[in-house]
Amino acid sequence: MNAPEKKIGKPMNRVDGRQKVTGAAKYSAEYELPNMAYAVLVGSTIAKGRLTGLDTKAAERAPGVLAVITHLNAPKAPGIKPAGKDPSQPQTVGSALQVLVDDNIRFNDQPIAVVVADTLERARFAARLVQARYAAEKHLTNLEAAKPNAFLPTQAKKNPKSPTADYQRGQVDAYKTGALKLEAEYVIPTEVHHPMELQSITAHWEAPDRLTLYDKTQGTMATRRDFARQWGLPEANVKVIATFVGGAFGNALHSWPHESAAIIAAKVVNRPVKLMLTREQMFTMVGYRPHTWQKIGMSATADGKITAITHESIGQTSTYEEFTESTLGQTKMMYQSPNLTTRYRLAALDIGSPIWMRGPGEATGAFALESAMDEMAHLLNLDPLEFRMRNYTEQDPEKDRPWSSKFLKECYQAGAQRIGWNKRQLKPGALRDGEWLVGYGMGVGTFGAHRGSSKASAQLLPNGTVLLQSAVTDIGPGTGTAMTQIAADTLGLAPEKIRFEWGNSDFAQAPTQGGSAIVNTVGPAVQEACLALKDKLRELAAASNGAFATAKKEDITFTDNHLTLAGNPAARAAYADLVKQAGGTAVTVESKPSGEGQKYSMYSFSVHFAEVRVHELTGEVRVSKLVSCADAGTIVNEKTAGNQMKGGAVGGIGMALMEHAIIDDRFGRYVTKDLADYHVPVHADAPAVEVYFVNQPDPHVNALGTKGIGEIATIGVAPAIANAVFNATGKRVRELPITPDKLV
Amino acid sequence: MNQFQYVRPTKPQAAIDAVAKDANARFIAGGTNLVDLMKRGVMTPQKLVDINRLDFRKIEREGNTLRIGALALNSTVANDRQVRERHPLLALALNAGASPQLRNMATVGGNMLQRTRCAYFYDITMPCNKRQPGSGCGALEGINRMHAIFGFSDKCIAVHPSDMSVALVALDATVQVSGPKGNRSIPFADFHRLPGDTPEKDTNLEPGELITAVDLPDSPFTKHVHYQKVRERASYAFALLSVAAALDIDNGTIRAARLAMGGVAHKPWRLTAAEQALVGKPATEATFQQAAAVAMQGAKAFKYNEYKLRLGPNAIVQALKTAAAV
Ligand SMILES: Cc1cc2nc3c(=O)[nH]c(=O)nc-3n(C[C@H](O)[C@H](O)[C@H](O)COP(=O)(O)OP(=O)(O)OC[C@H]3O[C@@H](n4cnc5c(N)ncnc54)[C@H](O)[C@@H]3O)c2cc1C
Repeated sequence: MNAPEKKIGKPMNRVDGRQKVTGAAKYSAEYELPNMAYAVLVGSTIAKGRLTGLDTKAAERAPGVLAVITHLNAPKAPGIKPAGKDPSQPQTVGSALQVLVDDNIRFNDQPIAVVVADTLERARFAARLVQARYAAEKHLTNLEAAKPNAFLPTQAKKNPKSPTADYQRGQVDAYKTGALKLEAEYVIPTEVHHPMELQSITAHWEAPDRLTLYDKTQGTMATRRDFARQWGLPEANVKVIATFVGGAFGNALHSWPHESAAIIAAKVVNRPVKLMLTREQMFTMVGYRPHTWQKIGMSATADGKITAITHESIGQTSTYEEFTESTLGQTKMMYQSPNLTTRYRLAALDIGSPIWMRGPGEATGAFALESAMDEMAHLLNLDPLEFRMRNYTEQDPEKDRPWSSKFLKECYQAGAQRIGWNKRQLKPGALRDGEWLVGYGMGVGTFGAHRGSSKASAQLLPNGTVLLQSAVTDIGPGTGTAMTQIAADTLGLAPEKIRFEWGNSDFAQAPTQGGSAIVNTVGPAVQEACLALKDKLRELAAASNGAFATAKKEDITFTDNHLTLAGNPAARAAYADLVKQAGGTAVTVESKPSGEGQKYSMYSFSVHFAEVRVHELTGEVRVSKLVSCADAGTIVNEKTAGNQMKGGAVGGIGMALMEHAIIDDRFGRYVTKDLADYHVPVHADAPAVEVYFVNQPDPHVNALGTKGIGEIATIGVAPAIANAVFNATGKRVRELPITPDKLV
Repeated sequence: MNQFQYVRPTKPQAAIDAVAKDANARFIAGGTNLVDLMKRGVMTPQKLVDINRLDFRKIEREGNTLRIGALALNSTVANDRQVRERHPLLALALNAGASPQLRNMATVGGNMLQRTRCAYFYDITMPCNKRQPGSGCGALEGINRMHAIFGFSDKCIAVHPSDMSVALVALDATVQVSGPKGNRSIPFADFHRLPGDTPEKDTNLEPGELITAVDLPDSPFTKHVHYQKVRERASYAFALLSVAAALDIDNGTIRAARLAMGGVAHKPWRLTAAEQALVGKPATEATFQQAAAVAMQGAKAFKYNEYKLRLGPNAIVQALKTAAAV
């Protein structure tokens, strides 16, 4: 028999594609349970202060209302600790906002009441009848005003090795004495995730101590842990289901107030409660990419060698949590600068906490670093690609050790050729197409090739299908499809014979979907579970047929309804018999990273090339072509991976040209409250995005050779566009987004 | 949303009566603006009078006038052969607005009467004289990057968001209305109001008056027209500023011109002085620049919309250049 065709690397269609396009895929807001009730949140209308009175009578009397819950009557969850004492947020200091526990107002639109009714419309109507009185205090929502009080994150104060601690190699701020130097400030505004699917949850207390949540989350296990802890329950008593997630981009990496509120509401009315945020509430209650100020100082020699970089940043956080991200990470390792200084600071504002947004930190940092690279190349009168080549790092200058793999040069070449980089003129404003000025720019991205620990389970079903399970979610990248391909190759079984189930906290433990780490982490677990299953089946088969006892794993072959051995047609064991044996066929394995991470620096790399057109009179910018090239190790599925790259590129267009959540500081309240005011790219803004993968396996991250794609797809896109705008116009925009008012 | 009554009359008079007799009643056509405002609590009608069963959908030519029914859909009008041939500027402006889905619901009457997109008007917790007279203007010292540079008052600096209306004011349209006191016609330029001390009033319609049609006189502007809409993305965004330009060019000389701007005032902003500056001049960029300078006279900016002083003349020049194809 011929070996089955390899599935890894093939552009296989999504295993759930049909369900998604036919509407059969069920998202968290689509679960209908018997006797369900609907909850709507009432938000505060001041940014800081105390609630001094709540009039809920009219709401309580409104038709269909089951309960109006405020801090005055909400049941207290036993596990809620006073602010600052919650250990559930290891990356942050302080604690996630607990709702309905006190009269403190920490940001505008903070939930102050939850109204539960028998229909959504009635809940919504009644929610508007809740009247609140406040003792307002002076609030601060302006980053510029908060900058003087910016502080070093607590984690960095405690641990000088923390990634957010000040970093130094060579001389401090050496750029200041450089021969040729550049100093520039860069700002990115607040950006909001706005996945198509709104945040929603259905909370169901199946028994007083058993809770089931149909929730929009990127991590079923993390959500289970958070709410088990909040309610003092054993984790086994909480079940979190998130089979389909309609995009998240980091938005669902945290447990948010509305989830707590729905659980409280379900407890109070003793019915399953569904709560879905409005688009407006998506601005205020579930995080965003923080408004960040950065400054770069850079010096170089006349022949284009960087001699020093200083990169400082001040990012916004809330008053109750220290949210940090790796804004300065790329600067430490991307270019060969002997002197390098970074300083990362936070500024606390009276706004809800930020949360990681695709390419978290790095995308922000890359806007500054890659813009500065372009500015320096311009000062040197050098092609920006050539300038990057002259400062290329063959090994990690931060950790002083080899890369696990790095094919960024190959990406540079491939991208330059595809965009037509040779058309680029050194002198800005030299190319035009009618009334449109044409320019070319590039931006580099990187993100750690993270790998964590994960479990996966596998079992053979009587019909010859292998069922694999993992608690991991699939927020859109095609995790289910990639895992099916990995299992198909490992088992030598057709993908149709594999069923991979995900998105349920009862399944084998897996990490939260995020940080581009899922194929790296869950992939090996699936691979190992499949190998363990083969072994188990061999053992079971050996009981009735001795030939299996000494057989090699590679020889085990799955046929229509028998396990057989390659080269030994007599060895046959019927699936029906195998699955009947005591103990069954189920195996669960745990896969852990090797120690290689200590020896090598592991990163994915990308470079994006943009061709833009800027209208000479109106200042409108249109991206006419984007080429995104990635060194992301082995590409498991060319189609879904390409889809990730294109989505990330379009997200980068939004970041570069339009996304901007604006607060009126007098009220501490957003004035951009819907998708008519907060612009994301529409189809007409997205040009054809050409994707190129080096597709070389990384020998150290895991046995599959993968490195991760999701983040590098967007990191570096915004500066590529900003640099192209400079090349087209000679105007350097250092504050995103690049809207027409900044160019006209 | 608040509770409300809903009626669907089949006779115009019944619809007019229903609204004229009840201060809390509103007509509803496509609903694409009114329903959003109701969801946000900005408008709280207690009765909706659905006019979709009335017979005002036709687009017909009578004599030298094209009559467009108030209930004709934005998409129908934009694709109508007579409109495209005789008034291509209108088709361009319509297609620059909203999205295909919205244009398939939105009506001509509703489009003219859509309310401002000013964020302070939309958020019921913020001050807005238009929504709540006497509460103050949030935009005056707030985030006013979308706001007016012409014709504003210290009570209101909002702009009218309709693209279609910019073309209609340029094309000398007339609005036909039917009300408790009978029928009347209102020149388009007098239909919308400046805010003055009563920004709560967007138009000069009387309570209960129903728009039945918009009339367009035949014009020579069938060839050299352009609608230049400057926005923050390629499609599906309200204008930062827009320009409707129509030229009648004879042998390189401008015989007649129409020019109006959107996104700059509480009403679609007709630029008659600039039109005059164009007439009799050669259709060249220099002429267009002079007209643009005339158009911008008296413009005044606020903290965040100062760019409109630069964008305005540029957009006018570009619109005229494209219209003239020079
Ligand atoms: C996301 C979004 C983007 C948009 N972008 C744009 C854009 O770029 N450019 C643009 O121009 N517009 C845009 N619009 C607005 C859109 O054009 C209007 O919502 C639409 O034209 C309103 O028409 P309608 O028939 O739905 O009006 P409705 O919502 O039904 O009514 C609006 C108002 O008109 C009154 N009314 C309706 N018909 C009559 C009548 N015959 N007589 C008297 N009163 C009447 C109603 O009482 C109501 O007060 C956008 C809208 C949305 C939601």
